[in-house]
Amino acid sequence: MGQQGKHLNSIKVSHEKHTAGCATEIMAIPETVCISMSQHIGAPCKPLVKKGDQVKVGQLIGDTDAFVSAPIHSSVSGTVKEISTIRSVTGGDDQVVIIETDGNQDVYEEIKPPVINDMKDFIAAVRASGLVGLGGASFPTHIKLNPKNLEEVDTLIVNAAECEPFITSDHRLMLENTEYIIKGAVAIMKYLGLKKGHIGVEENKPDAIEKLRKVIADMGHSGDIEVNVLRARYPQGAERVMIYEITGKTLRAGMLPADVGVILSNVTTIAFIGQYLETGRPLTTKRVTVDGNAVAEPKNIIVPIGARIADVIAACGGYKAEPKKILMGGPMMGRAVYSDAFPIIKNNNAILAFDGPQALIPEETGCIKCGRCHGACPFELLPVSIAEAYENKDVERLQALEVMQCMECGSCSYICPARRPLAFINKMSKGFLKEATSK
Amino acid sequence: MDNKYHEKLIVSSSPHMVTKTDTSKIMGTVLIALLPAFAVGIYQFGFRVVTLTAVFVASCVLFEYLYNKIAKKPQTVGDLSAVLTGVLLAFNCPSSLPYEIAIVGSFAAIVVIKQLFGGIGQNLVNPAVTARVFMFIAFATPMTSWPTPRGGHATGAVVDATTSATPLGVLSHGSFADVYNDGFTKMDLFLGNVGGCIGEVSALAILIGGLFLIWKKVISPIIPVTFIATVFVLGLIWGGFDGALFHILAGGLMLGAFFCATDYVTSPTLPLGKVIFGIGCGLFTMLIRIFASYPEGVSFAILLMNILTPYIDKICEKRMYKLPKKAKEGEK
Repeated sequence: MGQQGKHLNSIKVSHEKHTAGCATEIMAIPETVCISMSQHIGAPCKPLVKKGDQVKVGQLIGDTDAFVSAPIHSSVSGTVKEISTIRSVTGGDDQVVIIETDGNQDVYEEIKPPVINDMKDFIAAVRASGLVGLGGASFPTHIKLNPKNLEEVDTLIVNAAECEPFITSDHRLMLENTEYIIKGAVAIMKYLGLKKGHIGVEENKPDAIEKLRKVIADMGHSGDIEVNVLRARYPQGAERVMIYEITGKTLRAGMLPADVGVILSNVTTIAFIGQYLETGRPLTTKRVTVDGNAVAEPKNIIVPIGARIADVIAACGGYKAEPKKILMGGPMMGRAVYSDAFPIIKNNNAILAFDGPQALIPEETGCIKCGRCHGACPFELLPVSIAEAYENKDVERLQALEVMQCMECGSCSYICPARRPLAFINKMSKGFLKEATSK
Repeated sequence: MDNKYHEKLIVSSSPHMVTKTDTSKIMGTVLIALLPAFAVGIYQFGFRVVTLTAVFVASCVLFEYLYNKIAKKPQTVGDLSAVLTGVLLAFNCPSSLPYEIAIVGSFAAIVVIKQLFGGIGQNLVNPAVTARVFMFIAFATPMTSWPTPRGGHATGAVVDATTSATPLGVLSHGSFADVYNDGFTKMDLFLGNVGGCIGEVSALAILIGGLFLIWKKVISPIIPVTFIATVFVLGLIWGGFDGALFHILAGGLMLGAFFCATDYVTSPTLPLGKVIFGIGCGLFTMLIRIFASYPEGVSFAILLMNILTPYIDKICEKRMYKLPKKAKEGEK
């Protein structure tokens, strides 16, 4: 809860958490995987293997010297079939390594738990693990854990809100790998010298809250790690919203959590650190929620990174209806892909395949000025005014309306009774404003 | 490879899911909220309330349908806004109003005031309120002939068998003493045992509907509260506690405050704007009731504030974004 019990504006979304009770299954290794060299924000990796090379699970196959980056490892054992490109969702051409699997899943010989003595070793280990923000942003974690003003940072927030409808992969992780979450959090707090840890969970996951509290107590961390129960509202898991709800501190766009003394990371990211320190196995698999009306058997499933969506869905009973829209991520902020040949990348936490009726967004009608968009916006922006200013290409008014504060959570579009694509217009306005002010 | 993958999926910007509450659901909820007032109207003025309301609704919907058809615009009949306009128009007229006047009024509301300005969301002023003002001026006699309410007989408020005076009508020619001497009690005003427009007579019925809308979060309480509070305070100044109570219960105030002044399109969006709007409505209502030659001023007041709404919105937007920005920068 925010200080003095205040909350930011939020909306009630239909939760659709159909798979919350589905214990995670493990996907059989597909015939080929397609591992993208662009799986994080920052510079893409360069392939370190060539056609015909034999690779093993966990072997480094892509890296770069660029600062903002994370290495990429093979998720399978097999033979490199091709280095190719695919047209990404954002329109660029991404390099991919296509590997024909041999089904043996031989683990790379050099994999061993990292030896860590200090923070420098810890950060190096996190980079070597290939870890990026797994909640969706895919920002390289070793950079996030190494802020310039570390001496001013004292709080770790584990973001376990999972406010997107449909997705339950974090929820399942909290039930199935609870120890790793606490181990990861404890390691970060230890090496970074943070005093206080918070785990923010929405109240609609009482079993996870109970389990976390029990494990924290069993491991003797009741004094320094606290589970914060948050309202089950959207967008509770947005970085700036969660920091406000837990610490009461306001983070404006462009500021980093470290500016208010906080390091915040997604629960799956943190749990991976706990697991990596123990096993030394880099990030090569991902737990994803597969759901949507077009999927025969919605479930949570651990998939090798690089598995194509079509193969993942085949592992979930295949399609029961013609898919019309497939999302990587949740329905509020997820990206629609144009083909199910796309491979799973590190930050995928869900694949949703919608049939015709579910994929349909009703047609736009006239704005009735009801103000619901403003009432829904966590930062109290005025989407209707922004849309008007964007239509008039009014740079000054767009600036005055602070459109750059928009984090594109989609609450305004969701709530609009006239079905206006307000979040999309905000996105366009931000792009327009960036261009107009950079001249 | 071709058959293996689905290659032509729909690509659109997020979010990929929307709430079930659309414009027609909102309008439908407002219509439900008007049911108690409708029931009181039927009880007080008889079956003609039903037929007159039906004529209003049917002609509003028909004009909306025909205009969209002729102008080749997307059909908007399904959003129920024309139905709501029809009902609100009916509620703002006496039950004896000739049907042909109802049809003319509906034409003014839907075609002239709403569609010619661009249809739903684009109208500057509230169609029902403005068409009512037009009918009130154009057809002054039928618009001010008030059939006797069923509940009015017992109080002796009957002047003749078919028409009776409204409390505000009595007040405009006399004093509060005359109103109460005429047999109107405050309880009559509250329950609706008085002459008046179909939907405005019972403050209680409208309150039930209005509170339902606030509970359903369809309307914000700011406009009704500030509107009614302003009328109450000014009533207190001009007529003491009795006067204040009389003014908030009489005439179209409750209906106007909860159902007409709260129209999203023609009222301000931001809370501060709503406060200004509500106070303005209350102020003009009382100025007209007390000083002007018309006994009632709710419609005129709302119409006037409708016209000021774009300016109020602009002022509030500027205020909201200029002041806090500086304060926040100072914080850093």
